[in-house]
Amino acid sequence: MASVIHPAAPTESQPGRFGIYGGRYVPETLVAALVELEHEYEAAKADPAFQAELAGLLKDYAGRPTPLYHAKRLTHELGGAKIYLKREDLLHTGAHKINNALGQGLLARRMGKQRIIAETGAGQHGVATATVCALLGLECVIYMGQVDMERQELNVLRMRLLGAEVRGVQSGSKTLKDAISEAMRDWVTNVRTTHYLLGSALGAHPYPTMVRDFHRVISREMREQILEKEGRLPTAVIACVGGGSNAIGAFYEFIPDREVRLIGVEAGGRGAALGEHAARFSGGVPGVLQGTYSYVLQDENGQIAPTHSVSAGLDYASIGPEHAALHDSGRAEYVSQDDTATLDAVVKLARLEGILPALESAHAVAECIRIAPSMSEHDILVVNLSGRGDKDMGILARELKIQGA
Amino acid sequence: MPIRFDHKPGLVIYLTAGDPSLQATRAIALEAIDAGADVIELGVPFSDPLADGPVIQRASERALERGTRLRDVIALAAEIRAARPAAGLVLFTYLNPILRYGLSRFADDAAAAGADGVLVTDMIVEEAGEYLAQMERTGLSPIFLAAPTSPDERLQAIATHSKGFVYAISRTGITGKQQSMTGDAATLVDRIRRWTTLPVAVGFGISNADHVAQVAEFADAAVVGSAIVELIERSTPETAPGAVARFIKGLRLPQAALTR
Repeated sequence: MASVIHPAAPTESQPGRFGIYGGRYVPETLVAALVELEHEYEAAKADPAFQAELAGLLKDYAGRPTPLYHAKRLTHELGGAKIYLKREDLLHTGAHKINNALGQGLLARRMGKQRIIAETGAGQHGVATATVCALLGLECVIYMGQVDMERQELNVLRMRLLGAEVRGVQSGSKTLKDAISEAMRDWVTNVRTTHYLLGSALGAHPYPTMVRDFHRVISREMREQILEKEGRLPTAVIACVGGGSNAIGAFYEFIPDREVRLIGVEAGGRGAALGEHAARFSGGVPGVLQGTYSYVLQDENGQIAPTHSVSAGLDYASIGPEHAALHDSGRAEYVSQDDTATLDAVVKLARLEGILPALESAHAVAECIRIAPSMSEHDILVVNLSGRGDKDMGILARELKIQGA
Repeated sequence: MPIRFDHKPGLVIYLTAGDPSLQATRAIALEAIDAGADVIELGVPFSDPLADGPVIQRASERALERGTRLRDVIALAAEIRAARPAAGLVLFTYLNPILRYGLSRFADDAAAAGADGVLVTDMIVEEAGEYLAQMERTGLSPIFLAAPTSPDERLQAIATHSKGFVYAISRTGITGKQQSMTGDAATLVDRIRRWTTLPVAVGFGISNADHVAQVAEFADAAVVGSAIVELIERSTPETAPGAVARFIKGLRLPQAALTR
């Protein structure tokens, strides 16, 4: 008897694949839910009522469109390319994460799932999810590594105030990776009633595609705004890359514009040795972690390596599969900035522009600071400022020795 | 060698290889076979076991702390095969260690070691093209998981591409103990049998003779994992083989004998 489901090789083009990357590597129990999500998402995408409701919330609730701001003092200080900042940090809840949380929240409601679970690293996705659950009247459980709960305590308090239950994860490295594993264990157990609101362009199909689509609005606005202000496209777009949701959102509409450089900035941490950074493209090899085939930091036996970054949101051993494909094709470039350069970038942007970036986003600022001086004044750099740094005051006070009361 | 369930009910015993040591796992596996295990599943420890509950997570951490690698587990399989030629032997693993080892090299080495089959927790049929080709080439049985949430077209594909046996997951969830069997398991086994004549083993949460007796009413075999791993955790390396053997013998005792 012929089966309707056929095994495919990873090299075959199929939905959910970006080149050879992506796919769906999960326990069987989750597959039906992923297929349902894929179909429901396709239906919602084609449904004008869904799109209108999402657009309305993005505008009136989240605060879109976000400004494209010409950073004059930073530009002058660096003395090269003209620098613009895409102000995702001005969105409600303080980061781009709300774009995806609103989209998936509406989708969960459409599927009749009343219980939402999510993982969070820096806490920005957790706060965005808790916010959307409050808005839509959904039950909310957030998994967060114990290390991250301590270093991003302010966001833990915000999630709890918003009515979410925050569950600390004690296993493994007690960071984002372990929070995702624990969220997947919850999902596999409660899959019939629960939607897993994954916060990055990671995981099994359809998440990388769906999360990217909910963030495409970033590059769509960027493109219109820069054409309006400058009458031409930027020389380069720069974004930090953890899982890669803000970066893929900032890159996506520019992919056909071959003259626009796309620069992803990974976390260089405190050194080049395995375990000291989260730069997947320098030290990682393709593998499967948490549902998707992409570059993974791992040891020679295929065990996932520990990672380090001053920013909890970039502290992850794998990277979204679409970035892996953009890397291999050469369409996007990936570099890294270390903890020290990132902290310097925070101070520079705060003192020159009065803008306090999230530690994650500051990696992109650091790369801008590195390359702008050698560029011409005719060059335009757009930095995606994916989040604001209020949540990082504890780390910043300690690292920069800022005196409090 | 074909996987056979000679005992009724059949018993599949899961062990995390390298917990507490490779030598101890070898001794435990041999005792388990002698006590009546039809199939040994040798679990390859993985750093991020997202389908596993706390017991197997802890066992994996202990095994990794001792430096257990996939190649060691394959070597262990060869030792068990040499000592017990007739027992069923399955390598149970997450996908990433295999990818790093090399899929084709893994299939060669696992087959050479005398393993009968392979179960990859995070490999679903749709993604399994190359994997199935390697299993076919080397004569290994690919065993897929079937879940209560799998719709009929998935069960058909799982049944079509599995060899040796089909592993039916008793309930939605991760590995670990539960109080009683739910109705999910019996329904799932019935649905799987529409597509295959292969034996069906039921696993996840089976921890005592009562559960095994219930499973025996509708399936060919029961898989016992976390309960054994927890027993090993509570034992010393010296006492674990004996304790596991007694536990396995007890799993097939009739209910009356237990309550007496």
